[in-house]
Amino acid sequence: MSIKRRTFLGLIGAAGVTVASTGARAAGNAHFDGYPGSKGVLFDATRCIGCRKCEAACNAVNELPAPAEKFDDLTVLDRSRRTDAKTFTVVNKYETPSGGPVYRKMQCNHCLEPACASACFVKAFAKTPEGAVSYDASVCVGCRYCMIACPFNIPTYEYDEPLSPRVRKCTMCRPRILEGRLPGCVEACPKEALTFGTRDELIKIARKRIEKYPDRYLDHIYGEREMGGTSWLYISGVPFSQIGLREDLGYASAPELTSGALAAVPVVAGLWPALLGGLWAINKRKEKIARQEKREAVENAVARASAEAESKLSAALSKAEVENRRRIEVEVKRALEEAGLNDTKEEG
Amino acid sequence: MDTVFYTLQDFLLHSKSVTYVLMGLGLLLYVFWWWFLTDKDEKKRLF
Amino acid sequence: MSQESTASTAPRKSLFTPFNVVAGVIVLVGLVITFLRFTKGIGAVTNLDDNNPWGIWISFDLLCGVALAAGGYTTSAACYLFGLKRYHSAVRPAILTAFLGYALVVFALHYDVGRPWRLTYPIFLSQGTTSLLFEVGLCVFLYLTVLFIEWLPAACEWLRLDKLRKVLVKLTLVLTIFGVVLSTLHQSSLGALYLIAPSKVHPLWYSPYLALFFFVSSMFAGMSMVLFEGTLAHRNFHELMDETHLEEAPGVVTGFAKACSVVMCGYLIMKMFGLALENKWHYLATGYGVLFLVELIGFVALPAYLYAIGARERNRTLIRFTAVWTVLGIVFNRFNVSLVAFNWQLPSADRYFPSWMEIAISLFVVTVGVLAYRFICTRMPIFYEHPDYKESH
Repeated sequence: MSIKRRTFLGLIGAAGVTVASTGARAAGNAHFDGYPGSKGVLFDATRCIGCRKCEAACNAVNELPAPAEKFDDLTVLDRSRRTDAKTFTVVNKYETPSGGPVYRKMQCNHCLEPACASACFVKAFAKTPEGAVSYDASVCVGCRYCMIACPFNIPTYEYDEPLSPRVRKCTMCRPRILEGRLPGCVEACPKEALTFGTRDELIKIARKRIEKYPDRYLDHIYGEREMGGTSWLYISGVPFSQIGLREDLGYASAPELTSGALAAVPVVAGLWPALLGGLWAINKRKEKIARQEKREAVENAVARASAEAESKLSAALSKAEVENRRRIEVEVKRALEEAGLNDTKEEG
Repeated sequence: MDTVFYTLQDFLLHSKSVTYVLMGLGLLLYVFWWWFLTDKDEKKRLF
Repeated sequence: MSQESTASTAPRKSLFTPFNVVAGVIVLVGLVITFLRFTKGIGAVTNLDDNNPWGIWISFDLLCGVALAAGGYTTSAACYLFGLKRYHSAVRPAILTAFLGYALVVFALHYDVGRPWRLTYPIFLSQGTTSLLFEVGLCVFLYLTVLFIEWLPAACEWLRLDKLRKVLVKLTLVLTIFGVVLSTLHQSSLGALYLIAPSKVHPLWYSPYLALFFFVSSMFAGMSMVLFEGTLAHRNFHELMDETHLEEAPGVVTGFAKACSVVMCGYLIMKMFGLALENKWHYLATGYGVLFLVELIGFVALPAYLYAIGARERNRTLIRFTAVWTVLGIVFNRFNVSLVAFNWQLPSADRYFPSWMEIAISLFVVTVGVLAYRFICTRMPIFYEHPDYKESH
């Protein structure tokens, strides 16, 4: 059975064998630590009060259209919201079993190995040295595969734009960072729920806080390893799944998820022509041999038939000859007899 | 050549691009190799 | 809507056959929605949103379209590479439908992507080689070219371009192998598109084997589609078929039924390995598990068995019925992966359901395909060998 399975796998799954072995095999044992000193933001869910000041700042900094409800209208917190083409960040309120609402800010997490960048077929997304994942609308085709790929459902699309729709998402205020200024939301936060710094520093800060107040925080920094790690980090006093952060994403980064399938591509391109060409050649040869055998068989049959015919002819000929000779003999005999008879008649 | 890659994504982007070019060349090579391998047979086959 | 106009226009002229009228109405509606799509945006005609960026234009037009156009590579591989010369008369119709199928896939993508005039950007301007979609795009682009060249001899015979035809016929082997390579790659990559989103696709459908599943199922999808089209063609273009075609057709039917049956058997076994590999058996006891089993038993195991019966008993009616069933099963599978299992964790209010205009555009695309198919079949030597070119292959 095991042998059967193996041959079956070998036959049907020549391409699949490589697909099956996922992981960062494509890079051998090399590993990548990201850009040194790249920036990030630490969000502390125990400090956020849901004032929406960050939303307002984001809206202003990115020159986005004014929303239907004003930013000081806190009733919008009663419903679950997500980012859209006109909103790069939202704060949601979560009622938790441990009592009291917890607020959590949502925006692009600026993955260390961005799924959107891995998925984009025109390289519109890139992880920049500063930490932000940038987007370039000038090459974007609008396939929206980035939105399929993003585990955090962050990229949004201008569906109402007929001719020049763009993907929209938080930029981590990269232009401001390059100028040495803070991202809009961080600057606006009145409670220091947002801390800007290099990612390495932020992880240390987070650890210190967790260490200092073990009752206040869960011992986990969300984003340190999720999906290969993100530049935006979260610490919280309630389980992250209760504040809308999925804990089942795994630690494998997006490029690792697809590198196996991508590695199968050259296998097919490299081996298929040889296998199929060989198959064709074998069949061609079979056909040739079959044709040859057919021809030989026909020739043989013809030869046999003609030989037969010849022998028949010669037999007929010899038979005819014998008959002929006999007839001549009979004739001669008869002639002689007649002559003899005449002689005796004349004599008698 | 001695570009430093800081992310797996950048590394893959580079290595896969090279691989795609090589794939194209490989497929072309197959065609020419096939001709090289069989062009004498073809002549014979004419008779 | 289509019924009203059928009633009002049908009796007038012989050109207004029921088929033509329905097709005409669909085309008209399609053109109106096309206008809306390119003046008001994708949002105005679809139910797509930020959580559900891909709807039936991807699920049906792209995923099903490509899978069902797989008949081109399976038939030409069977005939030219596997040495099954008795399938020769099936190659041309299969190549034609594959070519039209791919052309329509690309056509339909113009509705779905935001800026369709940039569709060649990934190939010529900015190559995002880490994307599975790049792989799909490149292969579909190249394969469409290959299919076009493979189909050209028929057009050459129609237009009497003998010299060009001679060159093209010499390329048959290279093109066939190239076609199989490209098909293997993009059929599997369509499945691999979803590998990047393990958190969004239901575990029963998410598998490291996704690429393999899509590739293997494309084989029997393509062959079943050839059988299904054969049924339709025999009904409508019977008088166009020459003796060779009519003589070889029953052989093609049973041969393909056998091939489908065995490939489906392999697919079924692989699906099982997929569950075992990641120990996902317990999901079978959930609602999604029922759906998964319906797909696997009702639309793979059952047709595999029916194909086997049909092939054993030379029951061509059963085979033709099974072909339709299998095609439906493929559509079911592609919809399951890309719509039903996708975003399964979202609350039902956030899930996607197509708008009527999305469905209308998909119908429009299919109708354009059928009309093009009819146009070509009635003019070019597809179901028969051109008397002047009979001995030249």
